Amino acid sequence: MSVPAPVRETSGARSRLDVEALRRDFPILSREVHGRPLVYLDNAATTQKPEAVISAGADMYRRSYGNIHRGVHLLSVEATDAYEEAREKVRAFVSAAEEREIVFVRGTTEGINLIAQTFGRQRIGEGDEVVVTALEHHSNIVPWQLLCEEKKAHLKVVPIDRTGEVRVEELERILTPRTRIVSVAHVSNALGTLLPVRRIVEIAHARGIPVAIDGAQAVPRLPVDVREIGCDFYAFSAHKMYGPTGIGVLYGRADLLDSMPPFQGGGDMISSVTFEKTTWNVLPYKFEAGTPDIAGAVGLGAAVDYISKIGIENVTAHEKDLLDYATGSLTGLPGLTVIGTAREKIGVLSFTLDGIHPHDIGTVLDREGIAIRTGHHCAQPVMQFFGIPATARASLAVYNTRGEIDALTEGIRKVQRMFH
Amino acid sequence: MGELRELYQEVILDHSKRPRNFGELAGANRRAEGYNPLCGDRETVFIRLEDDLLKDIGFRGAGCAISTASASMMTEVLKGKTRAQAEALFERFHDLITGRDGESEPGATELGKLTVFSGVREFPIRVKCATLPWHTLRAALAGEEATVSTELTEGPKAESGGA
Repeated sequence: MSVPAPVRETSGARSRLDVEALRRDFPILSREVHGRPLVYLDNAATTQKPEAVISAGADMYRRSYGNIHRGVHLLSVEATDAYEEAREKVRAFVSAAEEREIVFVRGTTEGINLIAQTFGRQRIGEGDEVVVTALEHHSNIVPWQLLCEEKKAHLKVVPIDRTGEVRVEELERILTPRTRIVSVAHVSNALGTLLPVRRIVEIAHARGIPVAIDGAQAVPRLPVDVREIGCDFYAFSAHKMYGPTGIGVLYGRADLLDSMPPFQGGGDMISSVTFEKTTWNVLPYKFEAGTPDIAGAVGLGAAVDYISKIGIENVTAHEKDLLDYATGSLTGLPGLTVIGTAREKIGVLSFTLDGIHPHDIGTVLDREGIAIRTGHHCAQPVMQFFGIPATARASLAVYNTRGEIDALTEGIRKVQRMFH
Repeated sequence: MGELRELYQEVILDHSKRPRNFGELAGANRRAEGYNPLCGDRETVFIRLEDDLLKDIGFRGAGCAISTASASMMTEVLKGKTRAQAEALFERFHDLITGRDGESEPGATELGKLTVFSGVREFPIRVKCATLPWHTLRAALAGEEATVSTELTEGPKAESGGA
């Protein structure tokens, strides 16, 4: 019944990364769980943090902290500089044209809600349509449902096939002159499907329809160039890309952001206030009411630096190698079904075991020190499509190794021995 | 490993693989569907209630080993019990799996074979699995007729965000 300890190793000759060295950057990876070395495979939920990110926020509080954009004193100036420097790092990371197109928000969810509540409320009326896909996370469904309910508009869904690929050819049929926005994931959190976002943007733009992209799972795994994709909005979260919780990004094309009403009212988002009339601040501050998560933004900047130092292409290659390896290992297990077999896939391996509920899989693996996610992954329509209540999901990050995948495989064998 | 064996005792594994009183109950006059938003599991409990007596009881649905075994053993234990006895058993059961059974007064309702669920106390995240059928039972007993749907409120509910 012994399970090989996760081997501390570089992960295969194909990888150009020294994963063993890189793992030492993440303090939590050296801890034990239930007396076992931690094998953290719940990275699509949230990633662990390198020391550089952990200390970035703390160092700010120790040395350079004040409120931003308002004080004449040195600490305020330093904090403002650090906050704006983080914005510039993010801009460069996703290749946006201008810093003012980078709006700091709490995360992907708030980014999509911002689009729905500003762009959406301004431009979507009764009988209009919003188009999403069948594999969306709830955060790219519910904000649109709320809007559609309020405006008596319709939410339309591009279907997926049995492999978990979006049937893009259906998109052309679904778009109508009443379609006001298309909002899609870049990478599915439940299935790992990589969507052909450039093609989706081409199809929508050919009809003058703007496109928003939920990039929460893509930004940590793939080079993202918002101008190459051509999208109008792109939202993502710091905590899924080795950064802190509570901070994320909404990229928006400057002309669109300019034409949109504010999201929240308060300080920092105004130019002048009288009781008769208030005028809005310039971009991006129009959308950043109140004191933002200053230290969080600085932590996000540190996360961007960290990924850039590794090289995002190396992250992509490493995760692809691991996903292939994991898929090969797991599909060899009797009674295991991989859910989501799209040709283009990254980072996520969802599966079910015959006769064993995902919760029981998760509980047994946890006692082996292996953290995976079990449940519907905030994508209940996906579960309904596949006719299952839940899946077990292993999701990858740059610090995972083949040895950890071996531990997972052995852990699943143990689950099967227990329940059969 | 010890705690896992405590959780997944042979009796529990047996009931999860071969649930008793499984399937829609003919002649049922009470029913409710229980839903665990954490995992998407659904279970329907059927009762034939005569006056105050649970003459017959069954369940249907797909859940994890803990919730399936809990439902199966609940139906066995409750058959022939009164509503008050069922309520009292649920309270004792809840205390058992949340580690508060030490507080129960001597002479309180005996749990009998339901004590195999005591290992759940070491797995707080799984308490909801074990109580799903019992909450559903309570909803069925409270319901006047036909289907009663229930949302559970056993501690923090719903899928955490995450993704």
